Amino acid sequence: MCNQSVGLIASVIEKTGLPTVCLSLLQEVSHKVRPPRTLFVPFPIGYPLGKPWEPSLQHSIIREALNLFDAAAPLPLLLFHE
Amino acid sequence: MAHFEDLKLSDRLFMQVYRYRSVDWSPGARLRKPLNWAKVALISTAGLHLPTQSRFDTAVKGGDVSFRELASDLDVQQLKIAHRSSSFDQAGALKDRNLVFPLDRFRELVARREVGLLNRRHFSFMGSITTPQRLITQTAPQVAEKLHEDEVDAVFLVPV
Repeated sequence: MCNQSVGLIASVIEKTGLPTVCLSLLQEVSHKVRPPRTLFVPFPIGYPLGKPWEPSLQHSIIREALNLFDAAAPLPLLLFHE
Repeated sequence: MAHFEDLKLSDRLFMQVYRYRSVDWSPGARLRKPLNWAKVALISTAGLHLPTQSRFDTAVKGGDVSFRELASDLDVQQLKIAHRSSSFDQAGALKDRNLVFPLDRFRELVARREVGLLNRRHFSFMGSITTPQRLITQTAPQVAEKLHEDEVDAVFLVPV
């Protein structure tokens, strides 16, 4: 249910005029909740930033998510590739 | 990629029939400055809290919708995890809290001037919320208000 909670919090914040970006571990959930910008990450539940003590992988995930802010309008869904 | 099939049978059955909520966020907001000038805040739903803060209440029916403020200068590895979901494998996060709350990674991106700066505080929820009405109408708007008070430019959210 974390993926729903993140999407709902992001949507509430975005509605107030602040841009948000979410990671998501469950496509099925985010397709239904549809927050403004989401990067799907191909990792197990509990591992949104990939792997412990892997800073370069964690940086890559963060960078790719932050890139979603560059689009002219919110782009709901993008998939992270290692 | 995690899928419903990866979840425990009881969780999977629940999540397949659950009626997910959504909130209309249109028209959407724009980041008004380059990222390397922007002030960013993090939000995690891993149930993180400082040892000095009260734990999230895992017994609340429908889920504990409260949040904790996390100061930006904290040591992430000292954070406790109070989360009720049995689907959340905590082993990785217990080794490295950045796996669910990447504060150290953001500090490094600030040092590299890829991100402008971090807000003075971040926010933690326990995401296992099946009845999110008060999250939508009360606690998420309270966090939004604090982010505006702090003049945050962009928000990065991480589930587990």
